[in-house]
Amino acid sequence: MFYRENGQFKTSYRSDQQIFPIRQDRVLVTLLLVLAFVAVPLLASDYFLKAILIPFLILSLAAIGLNILVGYCGQISLGTGAFMAVGAYAAWNIGVRFQGTPLVIQILLGGAFATIVGVIFGIPSLRIRGLYLAVATLAAQFFVDWAFLRIPFFTNYSPSGNVSVPALTFLGISLQGAIAKYLFVLSFVAVFALLAKNLVRSAMGREWMAIRDMDVAASVIGIRPMYAKLTAFAVSSFIVGVSGALWGFLHLGSWEPLAFDLNRSFQLLFMVIIGGLGSILGSFFGAAFIVLVPVALNHIPSLLGLPLGVDTAAHIEHMIFGSLIVFFLIAEPHGLARLWAVGKEKLRIWPFPH
Amino acid sequence: MGFFLETLFGGLMTGMLYSLIGLGFVLIFKASGVFNFAQGAMVLVAALSMARFSVWIPQWLGFDSLLLANILAFAVSACVMFVMAWAIERLVLRHLVNQEATTLLMATLGIAYFLEGLGQIAFGASVYSINVGMPKEPAFILENLFEGGILISLEDLTAALVAATLVALLAIFFQVTATGRALRAVADDHQAAQSVGIPLSRIWVIVWTVAGIVALVAGVIWGSKFGVQFTLATATLRALPVVILGGLTSVPGAILGGLLIGVGEKVSEVYLGPLVGGGIEIWFAYVLALVFLLFRPQGLFGEKIIDRV
Repeated sequence: MFYRENGQFKTSYRSDQQIFPIRQDRVLVTLLLVLAFVAVPLLASDYFLKAILIPFLILSLAAIGLNILVGYCGQISLGTGAFMAVGAYAAWNIGVRFQGTPLVIQILLGGAFATIVGVIFGIPSLRIRGLYLAVATLAAQFFVDWAFLRIPFFTNYSPSGNVSVPALTFLGISLQGAIAKYLFVLSFVAVFALLAKNLVRSAMGREWMAIRDMDVAASVIGIRPMYAKLTAFAVSSFIVGVSGALWGFLHLGSWEPLAFDLNRSFQLLFMVIIGGLGSILGSFFGAAFIVLVPVALNHIPSLLGLPLGVDTAAHIEHMIFGSLIVFFLIAEPHGLARLWAVGKEKLRIWPFPH
Repeated sequence: MGFFLETLFGGLMTGMLYSLIGLGFVLIFKASGVFNFAQGAMVLVAALSMARFSVWIPQWLGFDSLLLANILAFAVSACVMFVMAWAIERLVLRHLVNQEATTLLMATLGIAYFLEGLGQIAFGASVYSINVGMPKEPAFILENLFEGGILISLEDLTAALVAATLVALLAIFFQVTATGRALRAVADDHQAAQSVGIPLSRIWVIVWTVAGIVALVAGVIWGSKFGVQFTLATATLRALPVVILGGLTSVPGAILGGLLIGVGEKVSEVYLGPLVGGGIEIWFAYVLALVFLLFRPQGLFGEKIIDRV
């Protein structure tokens, strides 16, 4: 009743090609942005910003990057953590070796290095498909983990492989407070989400989707598989690399290669699958699910007053997390984004049945 | 030369273990099209259950025989694997028929999380040992050929023999028995198998149980060598390149791939490792498999991938 496009006529090509064609969507997105940029910093506590919102935003960004590869181009990757690591370490190295490089440039260059590594490990995708590719991308994960542990140059000869970033500033503003960090991350995520949303409906995005749906058919109608697959790997690992740099610089502060291990890759893949393959919005849903569930599970025993050991609690958390994932896959294999889409369809005709 | 042969033997023994774990992957993939990431968790649960029951059962029943305790513990652990297989089919696979490979992969990751949690709650999370009476002392062979002979570990040799026996038994089971024939039919074509009256769900339970028992044997061997602990679940990731090298759908491929990777890993670590700072066996197998796949995307023995528009 309230959510429908009646009376919204498209009288120009411009209005026909908007990102959000329905006015209600535009209002909703604007409201969300206002809420995120103005209301949240005013209301949220430091703990909430640092422990929940910042990780959620950065992981959403990484999930968007992965979703471009898996959801839009159909190439499964289990090496996302590695590309995050490359982004983080490259950005850190640039900061250390070229003192005075602005933070934003560092982070973007981190993304650029991740792009290079991503394209190199994307080359096998031209020959290898499906599950074979998934396992092959593990090569990236293990190789990168090893490289940052064993090659001292990358960690500037720090003995334990542990690196830490100095005090961050952006245009002369210190990024030490939770609110400043949050706003910095939020701006990155908002810009990249918008770019990604635009990219996937461009010619490039359509090529990716054609390759995903049937690559032989796509090449028959004149799409170059090599170009399409490698651009997907490049764009995806750029975004993932940027998110890795953000994760290291703004969330962790100091980290070691373990911060980007295989579990991180699995976690990101979970976000993409649970959120919904081939949906930018789904990446946010998935990230919210994966970030919030462990936090919630952590608090439940103490709320119920159950005296659980740390170990047992961790194991039970594992079990519940695993079964929730299976449950979601069974209940809605197309992810939370699909539930959202169904909800919107229902909303259009509400309160009438047809 | 003697040292090289020693390295080679060491690699073959590790390779046998990889083959066993790879076999579990292949069995399940062939029969149900599921790439089972939970195989590692299954090995962990099986090994934990073996380690604990072999201590608990003598305590409960009040006898003191290592052999009997181990046999009973093995039987109980096999039952545990059967119950697990049944539960997985009933609660997960049945509801995910016809879903995409990625969804199934993620579901097995969910199962892996669940099993890791469950196993450690049920059996405890410390480091346990399994004692199945494997010979621990090393032996020297070919002493007349090389000076001092070649050092091989009898434990590894026994393990390799056990693994080889298991593979032979499985081969007989698949080739001779009616159930084995049904399993092969399902692996060949789900729909055709179903249309001649082979019950898919029962086949899946059998296959997961068989994979569980393979996991149990792998867990016992691995556990008696290095002890049973949580890292067992991730150690099995090392066996993944085996499967893609040999081909996801090929049992001989898993065995040969396992041996190849085992040898490649050891030889590269010994001869190449010192040049680049060591620890390369973690990724060497993956890169080897990756390069190999570039030339033969379906693995050594995998079915040829045919694309139709």
